[in-house]
Amino acid sequence: MMKRARVNITSKCQGFPSADGRIKRQKTELLGPFLAQRPAEDWGNLPHHVVLQIFQYLSLVDRARASSVCRRWNEVFHIPDLWRRFEFELNQPATSYLKSTHPDLIQQIIKRHAQHLQYVSFKVDSCTESAEAACNILSQLVNCTIKTLGLISTARPSFMDVSQSHFVSALTVVFVNSKSLSSIKIDDTPVDDPSLKVLVANNSDTLKLLKMSSCPHVSPAGILCVADQCHGLRELALNYHLLSDELLLALSSEKHVHLEHLRIDVVSENPGQTHFHAIKRSSWEALVSHSPKVNIVMYFFLEEEEFEPFFREETPVTHLYFGRAVSKDMLGRIGLNCPRLVELVVCANGLEPLDEELIRIAERCKNLTAIGLGECEVTCSGFMEFVKKCGGRLTQLSIMEEVLIPDNSYNMEQVHSEVSKHLGRLWYPDMMPTW
Amino acid sequence: MTVNSIHWFRKGLRLHDNPALLEAVQGADTLRCVYFLDPWFAGSSSVGVNRWRFLLQCLEDLDASLRKLNSRLFVIRGQPANIFPRLFKEWKISRLTFECDSEPFGKERDAAIKKLASEAGVEVNVKTSHTLYNLDKIIELNGGQPPLTYKRFQTLVSTMDPPDPPQKPLSKALMGRCTTPVSENHQEKYGVPLLEELGFDTEGLCPVVWPGGETEALTRIEKQFGKDSASTMEEIFQRPKLNSSLLVASPLGLSPYLRFGCLSCRLFYSRLTELYKKVNKNPNYDKLLWREFFYTAATNNPRFDKMEGNPICIRIPWDKNPEALAKWAEAKTGFPWIDAIMTQLRQEGWIHHLSRHAVACFLTRGDLWISWEEGMKVFEELLLDADWSMNAGSWMCHSCSSFFQQFFHCYCPVGFGRRIDPNGDFIRRYLPVLRDFPTKYIFDPWNAPEDVQVASKCIVGVDYPKPMVNHAEASRLNIERMRQIYQQLSRYRGLSLLATVPSSHGEDVNVNGLKGVVAPSSGKRRRGSGHGSRRDHRSGEEHAGPSGVKHRSAGAAETLNCCGKAQSGHGVAGAQGQGDFSHFVIPQQPYRLSRLGSGGSGKRERESEQEAGVDNGLPTSALKVQWHSNVKNAAQQEERMTMSS
Repeated sequence: MMKRARVNITSKCQGFPSADGRIKRQKTELLGPFLAQRPAEDWGNLPHHVVLQIFQYLSLVDRARASSVCRRWNEVFHIPDLWRRFEFELNQPATSYLKSTHPDLIQQIIKRHAQHLQYVSFKVDSCTESAEAACNILSQLVNCTIKTLGLISTARPSFMDVSQSHFVSALTVVFVNSKSLSSIKIDDTPVDDPSLKVLVANNSDTLKLLKMSSCPHVSPAGILCVADQCHGLRELALNYHLLSDELLLALSSEKHVHLEHLRIDVVSENPGQTHFHAIKRSSWEALVSHSPKVNIVMYFFLEEEEFEPFFREETPVTHLYFGRAVSKDMLGRIGLNCPRLVELVVCANGLEPLDEELIRIAERCKNLTAIGLGECEVTCSGFMEFVKKCGGRLTQLSIMEEVLIPDNSYNMEQVHSEVSKHLGRLWYPDMMPTW
Repeated sequence: MTVNSIHWFRKGLRLHDNPALLEAVQGADTLRCVYFLDPWFAGSSSVGVNRWRFLLQCLEDLDASLRKLNSRLFVIRGQPANIFPRLFKEWKISRLTFECDSEPFGKERDAAIKKLASEAGVEVNVKTSHTLYNLDKIIELNGGQPPLTYKRFQTLVSTMDPPDPPQKPLSKALMGRCTTPVSENHQEKYGVPLLEELGFDTEGLCPVVWPGGETEALTRIEKQFGKDSASTMEEIFQRPKLNSSLLVASPLGLSPYLRFGCLSCRLFYSRLTELYKKVNKNPNYDKLLWREFFYTAATNNPRFDKMEGNPICIRIPWDKNPEALAKWAEAKTGFPWIDAIMTQLRQEGWIHHLSRHAVACFLTRGDLWISWEEGMKVFEELLLDADWSMNAGSWMCHSCSSFFQQFFHCYCPVGFGRRIDPNGDFIRRYLPVLRDFPTKYIFDPWNAPEDVQVASKCIVGVDYPKPMVNHAEASRLNIERMRQIYQQLSRYRGLSLLATVPSSHGEDVNVNGLKGVVAPSSGKRRRGSGHGSRRDHRSGEEHAGPSGVKHRSAGAAETLNCCGKAQSGHGVAGAQGQGDFSHFVIPQQPYRLSRLGSGGSGKRERESEQEAGVDNGLPTSALKVQWHSNVKNAAQQEERMTMSS
């Protein structure tokens, strides 16, 4: 690194673009005469804590640049406080437009700052090598006390392409060594039951959040073991096939803290063939009576005919998202059986207008405050009825313009003004450009 | 003194409503209308053969119309900057006129030519007629920044004077004593070239569906608003139910003509106004205003067609996947709805705007997760009406990269088509291989039993490709990615998939604010004061759990991630605001903003931010409310800084 022990303030300060020239001037005036007497007093001699303060507002790149100015700044550069959080970005030029974290920087972190890291995430592109590189780094994080770990595939789920043994051994390095993990996000990875056991064995007191949607190697028993032993778990995201009555009961046990969020992805593994199990009403009730404020979020990516087992009985879901299709039947049942519903988003639907179903939802789901309708149809009259019934409690109302079918009672113009009246604010349907 | 004029055609390929052209003949002795075309560049350009054909037809038509006025069009081979100085001398030019080009590249080119002209002592006259409004005025009205929501744009425009009425077409009378010196070898030297001369292979070229030229444009607009206006009225007032006949090229369609300026937007505007007057309805100029909106957004942004370095574009970690891109572009996705549209686009050069939504969504955020820039380039090649600003703007919009779209509005590559074209007529028209497929399976042929495939003489995987993605799986992944990105930008509440789209009406803020608590929240509020507020906002979007546990996935790291600039903890959250201006801050230079926002925010906050790294999507509405009400000024300020940086 370049050594430059003395840097003269007056000459150097121009090199730092200043957001506010006035302050710069003041400082120079203040320090000017002082400097003239004692040229040794310069930027390089600013106390550590001042430089640290400044560094905290710089990007890593700028910090790295500044660290090559002088020895003292270089020392500050390595102060542990600045290395608590790090995000590794691992991309290949062939598969991503984004740059990777520089390999030298990665090496330096592993060598000098691994023990300082507490909040770590990995963002990998769709290339298997990137995910493998992430695993390689993970397996070197031996002396660290990580609290938060996120493995994020930014394009395709590339961790799924890493060999399971490689992935699991890398992950368990962190599980075993950190011992104070509180948040883990490992969606779309080949994590398995044994690795979850290791997680539980080492971090059961601290674990608060676990996101593991679409982890096909985890079984209901594996996740049950987490729920049984990690009593501080507040948030959980998983796929429906891992959701069981036992799991809900475990999360509702006396020892367990209140659950805050439960997110469930309902995805069919083999389209058209999966039969989904049902959850008992009593299990849901146990969960809600233990954690009355729990948010239960369900994302559905199913074909219409697969909805059969859902919402046959009262279900305490709060946020519902239909990504692919939803049958009229199913929406009808939601109106009957989802009294806690807060938000409903229907991305796609069949060909028939959803008037009745929506009106029923407006009548029965008294907590509903947000609704989004994408590729489906509602008549303007039906929609007006829905809005009237919900009234001002609808804080989010996002309807694609083409969803609304004008009829004899309302055209689009009227819908706009009537809805605005009922909501107490100006409202327009969402529009895409007419290219 | 003799006045010798050149009118330089670029867009605006018309004689009607062409104020710069009228300016050229005003008191002039000679007029020469020129169009520059670089034959070497043509063959290698990214513009496809259909678009070149359309352009050449426009030029032919222009030449024919000029002949009727005893004039001619001069198609000049080469680049304007190289050739103008020679022309100025050779033709003893004293005046140069052209239509204002609002696009950054055009502005730069024109500035250079203006300089050359002034050096040659040539007077330059520029007139706005490709857009309805003077875009700089709109920007000025919006406080120096282009509006970033269409609603805001509409509001601004509604306070302005209506566009000027169209001017008279150039006529013999208006030409007066002005003549065009035409040499013997004009055709040879300045004639409109043939496609072959530009190096295009014309064999196998599909018949013309969209004939280029002003004459055709005027015929169409006459049909639309003349005797046949019944169907126009129906389209405008009844909003006909979606059906497959909308998807095919209409003999009334105008978009390519507007693009090349064969049709004046002001003429279209005035005809619309008359029609609305006749039926006594509130006029709706959406079609024209969206165009104007994108021109305005792009006019000062030379990187409008890029993700990197474009201050209004969200950086999304798109996948680079040339094979998948090629399948999309070449109509081999295995989804008949997508493939039929892409086939129509390649053959005819035009697709309906709903079709554009469908294929753009499929390529980007819906299924393939490929950058909108790639799609834009394909449209640039194939789409007759593709225009730099419109094309890039629409792609950003459809990929949810800008302009506040709700990303849950995804189009299903099976269901959407089926809704519009329940009988599959459109599919059969453009994909003859599926002609015999039963309607039941025509949108998802891979689901057809084998005997049906055999009977239809089309085996999926042999005669027609298998679907290249599992749509349900792809949309699951992509929705989640978008949700993460947008959450980092702080426009989506924790659990929600619905964005708070900035509104241009101040009163909304409060309504939203007071009632915006969708999920219980800790209500752990931060004081938003002055500079510190930006930071507050950021923390606000993290997830303090309902119990108020310090348990946040910090905006900082995450925000940066999504902007691809991670690693510093001190990036900038995209800010979003409501109020009198539309807001949209996408940081490009985090360090800069972080300095701005660095005010007095204390260490405590920074510590909490550091509990970062994992997105857990907790609701934070209360925090957001706080931000909304306190921080909008700071955000406005910040927006300006970002935008001007």
